[in-house]
Amino acid sequence: MIEASGLTKRYGERLAVDQLTFAVRPGQVTGFLGPNGAGKSTTMRMILGLDAPTAGSVTIDGKPLAAMAHPMREVGALLDAKAIHGGRSAYNHLLCLAQTNDLPKSRVAEVLELVGLSDVARKRSKGFSLGMGQRLGIAGALLGDPKVLMFDEPVNGLDPEGILWIRNLMKGLASEGRTVFVSSHLMSEMENTADHLIVIGQGRLISDCTVQEFIDRNSALQVRVRTTEPEKLAELVDTAGGRAKPGADGTLLVSGLDLTQVGDLAFDNGVRIHELSPLQASLEQAFMELTKDSVEFHATVPAAQLASADGKVEAGS
Amino acid sequence: MTTLTAVGLPPATGRAGFGGALRSEWTKIRSVRSTVWTLLATAIVTIGISTLFAWGSSGHTDIQDVPTFDPVRSAMFGIVFGQLVIVVIGAMTMSSEYATGMIRTSLTSMPRRGVVFGAKLSVFTGVALVTGLFCSFTSFFIGQAFFAKVSVHDFRGPVGAKGPGPAGHPVITIHDLSTTIGAPHVLQAVIGGGLYLAVSGLLAFGLAALLRHTAGAITAAIGVLFVTFIMAQFLPSDWAKHVDKWVPFFAGGQLWGLRKLGDGSIPMLSPWTGFAVFAAYAAAVIVAGAVLFKKRDA
Ligand SMILES: Nc1ncnc2c1ncn2[C@@H]1O[C@H](COP(=O)(O)OP(=O)(O)OP(=O)(O)O)[C@@H](O)[C@H]1O
Ligand SMILES: [Mg+2]
Repeated sequence: MIEASGLTKRYGERLAVDQLTFAVRPGQVTGFLGPNGAGKSTTMRMILGLDAPTAGSVTIDGKPLAAMAHPMREVGALLDAKAIHGGRSAYNHLLCLAQTNDLPKSRVAEVLELVGLSDVARKRSKGFSLGMGQRLGIAGALLGDPKVLMFDEPVNGLDPEGILWIRNLMKGLASEGRTVFVSSHLMSEMENTADHLIVIGQGRLISDCTVQEFIDRNSALQVRVRTTEPEKLAELVDTAGGRAKPGADGTLLVSGLDLTQVGDLAFDNGVRIHELSPLQASLEQAFMELTKDSVEFHATVPAAQLASADGKVEAGS
Repeated sequence: MTTLTAVGLPPATGRAGFGGALRSEWTKIRSVRSTVWTLLATAIVTIGISTLFAWGSSGHTDIQDVPTFDPVRSAMFGIVFGQLVIVVIGAMTMSSEYATGMIRTSLTSMPRRGVVFGAKLSVFTGVALVTGLFCSFTSFFIGQAFFAKVSVHDFRGPVGAKGPGPAGHPVITIHDLSTTIGAPHVLQAVIGGGLYLAVSGLLAFGLAALLRHTAGAITAAIGVLFVTFIMAQFLPSDWAKHVDKWVPFFAGGQLWGLRKLGDGSIPMLSPWTGFAVFAAYAAAVIVAGAVLFKKRDA
């Protein structure tokens, strides 16, 4: 189990991680979600003791990693698959890691077999493809047969087969009772893999719940209304504390109010309605909705416009 | 899904420590071609230039230089250039971890940073000593083979017993200017040559720990070892009297010859004192590097 408490990291002016308190439990895959620059990698580096927290603390089974008798038997991590010496063969790379924890050579061969790199074990990793590099990184993480595994964006750049392999691996590891903590900036990736979600934005905790709770809480975000008086209804929604924006072919997309509230609002004010339907927002949209205030760099084209295929202009503008 | 049970993994005993870290660092240093090549380059440059220089001296040494001829220093002249190559290995041993990002993988598998630093330092020290001593001893023996028959040129004119040579032509006599490893202070000086090379490499290792950058560390090391020496040549002599002996090359160089470096008019440190000063420079840089290695974010 990983436990962070008030974990904070400041780089000069920039607060990369801001008082994070969370726990990552064994036996399940915990997704660590946040937009680019949210502080996921920084948090992971602090868990591993690579970066020292500015404030707060993080422990693994109650201890800092450096206090473990055999750190590799406790934690295996893949932060950056390219962070290895490319001039070293896969075998020697794993061997030099294994030796630090007195793990036998036989284990090196075993993990190479496990990730399917036995045939290229003697080749220098410089020439490895992205997928092979990723597998080598995972082999390193698995060497000590650790209780806790951490992966930072493990599927970045992988082909569907590689993604599936990693997904199944993570689920397999969790089902064996291990703690699996995996970061991503794509909700869609986590939907199929994770049991639990920790969402951060600009270094702050936004949500910490099971995937099911996340879906229940966030998936019926919008109500689609077809009405003869969209401007009037949009104003009413605004005053009622919701938000409305124009959808495709004259519909209005309402968020912040549920179906009943929108219906009642229209009825009470005599607005004629031709359609009133819940819009099942994807988790991806829910995630973007949650983190939109904390995205580090906004593209010049607003993300919302790209996300909802039918959205054209912000309501009320 | 393949089964993940670890067949090849016996239950844990004891605590991972220095022994494993040493084996790991040894694997690291021997398993990249660049170290192997650079070690070879150090030997080729040191021994090669020493040999050329000894060959040159044996073919032509002026009679005035015979009384001050230093058969040990003259045999190991290549060290001056070898130090420029061994600093590359010293720097890369540490800086390649940062250049590649391997440091984060290394410190995740062994988060006790003092252990990692100590093991890396120990393995490099061993490698540098073996390389340095191999270079100094080989150079020494090759040199003595040349110095057994040195053509000594005498331009002084019609004084010699054999009569004057033709105008402008020297009288050439063959002298044995060689020494043996058993002669006084010789063994110490030859070992000193190896130590000097090793400490040069260690200085670069420490600089790399400070700077975490290969080119930066190599440049800094060459600055300390070479540029300070060149700059010292331009000092006015009343300054030089106080400064020269502290210049790293002069301090460390006293040990690997029978005669003192410098022209004799400027005071120099004794061999072991000088070498201690030289080693202290490297040690100071390494200690500073170790402190930062432990403290800084990786
Ligand atoms: N070593 C560092 N020095 C200065 N700033 C840093 C450093 N590392 C990270 N940051 C900053 O801290 C913030 C968090 O970065 P981090 O890499 O942890 O985000 P992330 O969630 O992993 O993002 P991504 O999805 O892009 O990988 C960013 O604004 C980044 O610029
Ligand atoms: Mg990241």
